[in-house]
Amino acid sequence: MLVIFLTGAFAGMVLSLQGFYTLNRFGSAALLGPMVALSLIKELGPVLTALMVTGRAGSAITAEIGIMRISEQIDALELMGLNPFRYLVVPKLLAGIIVLPLLTAIFNVVGIFGGYLVGGKLLGVSAGIYFGEMANYVDMQDILGGIYKSLTFGVLITWVCCYKGYYSGFGAEGVSKATTQAVVISSVLILIWDYFMTSVMF
Amino acid sequence: MIRVEDLHKSFDGHEVLRGVSFQVGKGEILGLIGMSGYGKSVLLKHVAGLIRPDRGRVIIDGNDMCCLRHKDLERLRSRFGFLFQNGALFDSLTVFENVAFLLREKTKLSDQEIAEKVLYELDQVGLAGAEHKYPAEISGGMIRRAALARALVREPEIMLFDEPTTGLDPIIAHHILNLIESFHKRLKFTGIIVTHEMPKTFEIIQKVALLYEGKILTVETPAEILSSDDPIVHQFITGSIEGPIQYNY
Repeated sequence: MLVIFLTGAFAGMVLSLQGFYTLNRFGSAALLGPMVALSLIKELGPVLTALMVTGRAGSAITAEIGIMRISEQIDALELMGLNPFRYLVVPKLLAGIIVLPLLTAIFNVVGIFGGYLVGGKLLGVSAGIYFGEMANYVDMQDILGGIYKSLTFGVLITWVCCYKGYYSGFGAEGVSKATTQAVVISSVLILIWDYFMTSVMF
Repeated sequence: MIRVEDLHKSFDGHEVLRGVSFQVGKGEILGLIGMSGYGKSVLLKHVAGLIRPDRGRVIIDGNDMCCLRHKDLERLRSRFGFLFQNGALFDSLTVFENVAFLLREKTKLSDQEIAEKVLYELDQVGLAGAEHKYPAEISGGMIRRAALARALVREPEIMLFDEPTTGLDPIIAHHILNLIESFHKRLKFTGIIVTHEMPKTFEIIQKVALLYEGKILTVETPAEILSSDDPIVHQFITGSIEGPIQYNY
């Protein structure tokens, strides 16, 4: 949660800082609020949250399942007549689907307030203009689009990280390689999938 | 009860099993001996259906392990108990939770009944008082005994032991073998024990199979094996460096 708060706040702050100077050149500083909000809700929120979750939770999932694999705990589950997929993957998949949109929403809210902190308190954009214009330009479709993205990222991260853990190689080195691969593959897939989702939805 | 027919398995081109065949009758325990790293555990995992053979069959009570549907395999496996070399306890659960795990998942026993059963089994293996400890907090011998309690708590019909005493001091090793013997008397399971613990293990088994160069060289009673004239069997039993078995040290 702290990671999401920090990255959300600073992403919003830097967007606001850069956005203000760019928009100011065209005399459109009043659109700072919508610019920060739309950038966060449609792109940066889902993507950065997904990348943070990959680094924090995805790596932990791969390591946990990988260690269970090499210490024969998964074999033990199978030999009890239990389905390891049901016990290890399904709960994590559900958690990913539920948690990603929630964390993304928190990221967005914190980011928007971070943006206001810089735009409003530091650079002089009034709260009324910042939030008022935001309400004019951001519609439900933008918000839903972001939520859909984060849902699919939740599935993607969990799927990749569980798979790499489940089929990790032997020993500590095998688990370490699997964890690295899981984080790298998930991160790259998030960006690729984000492009396709954006091109279809918006 | 357990029949293995012409089992072949290779890993990365290296042939580990080259036509293994043997059978274990109902209620019997077979000791599986052989050189280290030459496929005994692999063979045991074939019997459990954890590894698929390249060729050959493992038949349990008339069911070919390779051809069962997932549900049927799960059902068959619920009659198994398996004691792994390192115990394979779930490290995020306490000893009590490990032993109770299968009862919670596969039976309709009440919490009270489960607790009674688990504490009884833990008492049987000498772990009374250690039920709230995590695997990382107990010794190798205790892990092995907790794993034994976990494997036997559902009273399996088939028990597979992968080197149950390796790496333990002689007294604990003896204790574990005694436990296996007493459980066998109580539950009458059919079992396979992969072991190097000779001749102590021979006291609790009915037959011994020697795996040599990917095949079962002989299946005999412990007494026959101990008095065997076969130079390979003799060298293996006596542990002599001189003889037909040559290691690449």
